[in-house]
Amino acid sequence: MIPPEHLVVVPVVLPLAAGAAMLMLDERRVGLKAGIALAAALALVVAAAALAVRVDADGTQVYRLGDWAAPFGIVLVADRLSALLVLLAAVLGLASLSFALARWHRAGPRFHALHQFLLMGVSGAFLTGDLFNLFVFFEVLLAASYALALHGSGVVRVMTSLHYIAVNVAASLVFLVGIALVYAVTGTLNIADVALRVPAVAAADRALLEAGAALLGVAFLVKAGLWPLCFWLPGTYAAASAPAAALFAVLTKVGVYAVLRVSQTAFGDGAGASAGFGAAWVAAGGLATLAFGTVGMLASQDLPRIVSYGLVASSGTLLAAVGLRDEALTGAALYYLVASTLAASAMFLIAELMERGRAPGAQILAVTAEWLGDAEDNEAPERDVGVSIPGTLAVLGLAFASAALVLAGLPPLAGFLGKFLLLDALLGRAAPDAASWTMLGLLLASGLAAIVAFGRTGIRRFWAAQDEGVPRVRVVEFVPVALLLVACAVLTAEAGGAMRFLQDTARTLHAPGGYVERVLEVP
Amino acid sequence: MNEIVVAAGIGVLAASGVWLLLRPRTFQVVLGLSLTSYAVNLFIFATGRLRTGAAPIVPPSAGANPAAYADPLPQALVLTAIVIGFATTALLLVVLLAARGLTGTDHVDGREPDA
Repeated sequence: MIPPEHLVVVPVVLPLAAGAAMLMLDERRVGLKAGIALAAALALVVAAAALAVRVDADGTQVYRLGDWAAPFGIVLVADRLSALLVLLAAVLGLASLSFALARWHRAGPRFHALHQFLLMGVSGAFLTGDLFNLFVFFEVLLAASYALALHGSGVVRVMTSLHYIAVNVAASLVFLVGIALVYAVTGTLNIADVALRVPAVAAADRALLEAGAALLGVAFLVKAGLWPLCFWLPGTYAAASAPAAALFAVLTKVGVYAVLRVSQTAFGDGAGASAGFGAAWVAAGGLATLAFGTVGMLASQDLPRIVSYGLVASSGTLLAAVGLRDEALTGAALYYLVASTLAASAMFLIAELMERGRAPGAQILAVTAEWLGDAEDNEAPERDVGVSIPGTLAVLGLAFASAALVLAGLPPLAGFLGKFLLLDALLGRAAPDAASWTMLGLLLASGLAAIVAFGRTGIRRFWAAQDEGVPRVRVVEFVPVALLLVACAVLTAEAGGAMRFLQDTARTLHAPGGYVERVLEVP
Repeated sequence: MNEIVVAAGIGVLAASGVWLLLRPRTFQVVLGLSLTSYAVNLFIFATGRLRTGAAPIVPPSAGANPAAYADPLPQALVLTAIVIGFATTALLLVVLLAARGLTGTDHVDGREPDA
């Protein structure tokens, strides 16, 4: 159908075409739009899976846009890490879209087009091979996410979005300064070409280059939610509508990906005097973020906010692992990344289903952190049609427990394996230093905090006296939750195969020579 | 001399922008972001080195000396950055108006600080 060498560009072109086509359609043609969006989301999952299989078999794929060779032309590069994350984003996209089809997509205009553009930006950011296009795709995904965060409107959403947009626009400006400095020193923007030139940078220019790299890092870390750059995150994600928040779970991973990609490729062991630049800062920041997320989870009262702080904690875990620059640790962190993202996304959806049956007042009482005082924005769109599932609370409770187990890292699901692999990699380091022990302690503490926070919410909702009303949940709304949880279960059952893939990913990341050669076609 | 003027210009724009960005009124924040983005755009421009009277387009004649021409890449980058900056500022203005309408105040927190 599609020539296999063009598979790399499909995750960018497909959502772009689908989103653009839906912009042409009238808002009243709901059915047609839903059909196009669902078809595009399914096709994206298939294409991303095919890409991952191809990359795993044939190695890194380079796609020359306009057929100009790198570093002069613009290239898309799909290695295992990119392909894996594109697939993860596609699965989240499918889940959040099918959840939205039940009712949320009617809550505001242009939901489907924005949803597709967000997927396009995320895929592009994972696939691009040069820094400036990374910036452009960041802007594409941010612009779509600004609008999606506002989806459904309401005071809280508008105010948190205002903060979200202001912080991220400022971060984008920092990003641009970083790009400009790197270009000024190395004369190139292609990540592989930068990697080639970093060791040869004159000592006098090195400070300028490192300043540029540090600014890039700050821009990425704002997206990743590193403490103290993460204060916009919990409010925005908790206020966003459930399908939007479920998709936002992958946005922090774009920041983590960018840090991992640029630091390992351009500032890895082969970078001469700049080898490992900034790694200690990222590791320390990651540990602080993990601690902040842990405390935040305990301090929050409503479920979306707990999950948002859970995302902060998982970002912290990943960044700490990235900063420690250990191959086994990177592999384990990637496993944890996939498992925790799937579970956090599912939890955002479950949270909306759980809150649905409650009396409007109950929420205000439960929320002490709402600084605006009135929570009238949470009215979901009406029109509750379709079959609701029997034994709703039992099914919902089971789903909630599964997602909570993954997020807390308790057996038997993928979260436990992820944390176990991280702990194992930490203990297996050649010389476990203070950072390793701190991370080990914080990982265990954050698991405990997560189980306390989720347990408290679960008890209040599922075991309290049933005067709050049972939520009406339609089967179609439960399908995406089940999809995400089944994906977690598959990840657990197929952990051997997944870890083989992820360890190969980590190995290629820590030896970026192959990536650089493929991109620049060094004979 | 040229360099000092450009550097001072970027510095003044960035400083004013950051100061406005930290102000409590939403419109000041938008202006601050705009000023900072002007500073950043000029900065990107400057990374191609400051040249006067040099064309960015090299003619196809053989043996052209690249040192005689301005670097075209930062100019292309600035163009993209300007377009993206416009778009996000426009979006921010819409959200600003929505926030003003919904909360009745232009304070960034959505309410007046308790006096």
